[in-house]
Amino acid sequence: MTALSDALAKARAEDRAALIGYLPVGYPSVEVSIEAMRALVAGGCDVVEVGAPYSDPVMDGPTIQAAAEPAVRAGVGLRDTLRAVSAVADAGGAAVVMSYWNPVEHYGVARFAADLAAAGGSGLVTPDLIPDEAGDWLAASDAHGLDRVFLVAPSSTDARIASTARASRGFLYAAAVMGVTGARDAVGDAAAVLVRRVRAIAPQIPVCVGLGVSDGAQAAQVASFADGVIVGSALVRRMLDSPDAAGVAGVRALAEELAAGVASRRR
Amino acid sequence: MVDVSAVRDGRQLAVPDETGHFGSYGGRFVPEALVAAIDELTEAFHQTWDDPSFRGELARLLRDYTGRPSALTDAPRFGEHAGGARILLKREDLNHTGSHKINNVLGQALLTRHIGKKRVIAETGAGQHGVATATAAALMGLDCTVYMGEQDTRRQALNVARMRLLGAEVVPVTTGSRTLKDAINEAMRDWVANVGTTNYVFGTVAGPHPFPLMVRQYQRVIGEEARAQVLERVGRLPDVVAACVGGGSNAMGIFTAFIPDRGVRLVGFEAGGDGIGTGRHAATITGGSPGVLHGARSYLLQDENGQTIESHSISAGLDYPGVGPEHAWLHDTGRAEYRPITDAEAMAAFALLSRTEGIIPAIESAHALAGALDLGRELGAQMSQPPVILVCLSGRGDKDVETASRYFGISS
Repeated sequence: MTALSDALAKARAEDRAALIGYLPVGYPSVEVSIEAMRALVAGGCDVVEVGAPYSDPVMDGPTIQAAAEPAVRAGVGLRDTLRAVSAVADAGGAAVVMSYWNPVEHYGVARFAADLAAAGGSGLVTPDLIPDEAGDWLAASDAHGLDRVFLVAPSSTDARIASTARASRGFLYAAAVMGVTGARDAVGDAAAVLVRRVRAIAPQIPVCVGLGVSDGAQAAQVASFADGVIVGSALVRRMLDSPDAAGVAGVRALAEELAAGVASRRR
Repeated sequence: MVDVSAVRDGRQLAVPDETGHFGSYGGRFVPEALVAAIDELTEAFHQTWDDPSFRGELARLLRDYTGRPSALTDAPRFGEHAGGARILLKREDLNHTGSHKINNVLGQALLTRHIGKKRVIAETGAGQHGVATATAAALMGLDCTVYMGEQDTRRQALNVARMRLLGAEVVPVTTGSRTLKDAINEAMRDWVANVGTTNYVFGTVAGPHPFPLMVRQYQRVIGEEARAQVLERVGRLPDVVAACVGGGSNAMGIFTAFIPDRGVRLVGFEAGGDGIGTGRHAATITGGSPGVLHGARSYLLQDENGQTIESHSISAGLDYPGVGPEHAWLHDTGRAEYRPITDAEAMAAFALLSRTEGIIPAIESAHALAGALDLGRELGAQMSQPPVILVCLSGRGDKDVETASRYFGISS
């Protein structure tokens, strides 16, 4: 069992959804981004999704791009990402890395799996790697006991939901809307429909919902039907508005609001 | 479904396989949200490719609208500068809209109509693919949005105006390096959000499966025509086929028919920019390494963290840090060679063709011309007969007049 699986099981035992907070490594600096991730843990996130900055993030909207671009330019890479993973684990959070595939492939898939496990990380979320192409990663994650989080989308067929769920471990990431990351005013019905479909096809694996959740009320809404609520852009926005200690405090305050929202919907 | 085979070690190796792999290259490195759409596209492509009525409609458009077959032109005065080689130009510059891009776009636009979608999106670098897509969209009554790096909208202002005249929306992309690579990212984001109504008309033999296969099949008409034309004109196959390679669609278009002809050398010329040693280039195979970009595994320019490096070329159409996976495969199997041509060498060939043959080439195509000058001199020294070199003149230089005038210090 990874720390991620423990955290999801603990939330379930408390009859609530888990809260998963995303921040990219390296904005405004590696140090401050790590501080902000510690603030996520302190503010009540069960899991931190540690974002590896990438030059060509096709699943990300303008907010996350705005934070990741300077990090890429500053040369932030997977080594820094692994350092952030260690810090999150030391702070008592479960850490999963979110990385586009090329940096991992370039680092070396087996080497990355070994180093991620050694850093205390639980696994990897892969927005542009589908199980069909993931042979090396399936083997490396098995060898090192890591979780592997693949995505499903409203457009996924039942057959693909089934095969993706079979390949996944830890949780299945349900992309709530057709589109890129970014805070949205309303969480549409698509998320609930998708979660229902996944549950019917693959009842064993936890389903966490991301893309668009920005405040406590939305978190509570998603928490009423999902095993976990993933929040990214709204947290990143706090750092963009104030890329310093005040931003870190803002991240913590939002994490607390989100955690309260998630906890308010006991199931 | 697979109809092009490469022979290695005496075995027939069909490429790509059913999942779009050329050896270890190609594949689908895409968000799950796009998988249903590219599955649908793959199935529709195979179905229509085998459908005589669809192929007949495409052939009619290529003939009556594009003006195919394109001419094969002897370039003797240019050839004098290539060690006396016989240079034959495959005149894709004479196509409607001025480049080879229309071949692919008409196929994909027909396919879009077949699938029943009403909107197309495209990326463009030099603007040739964007203009071709805007043209096909106008022809077939489709809404069209073209993503173009902001830097390229300035370098290729004429093509921006052409696209807008054709009724397309042109979106300048201000993220990343503001060039073709970022235009592709932005088009992918649009596609993820609007995949139910929108088809992505991809401009080159890169991207996730089925694009490398599909674009090659729509472009292979170049080499099929040229092979027959050279046989008729010269009485034998050429010694070398030369093409410029950015993403690599005109090169795959002209190479494909010759792949089984083992005696014909296939040479792709990449954009060497300021020179490979300077790091400021777009020569992906020469100066890059294998990795994943824009949905496929191939060669790319990347740093020690696996971040894509910005490419540099005087030619907006070659200014791309990736390359199609089939080129990576052809390189690794040795069936094709890839060489860099610097900006300066390309511009010298650009001027030479203009003044010796009265043909102003696209700066992209000028890279292949510069390569042909080198090859002609090399082969001339080795062969008793003048070598025959077939060059894909992928586009015309109208769009480049301003860039070239500035380069040569010609006042207008």
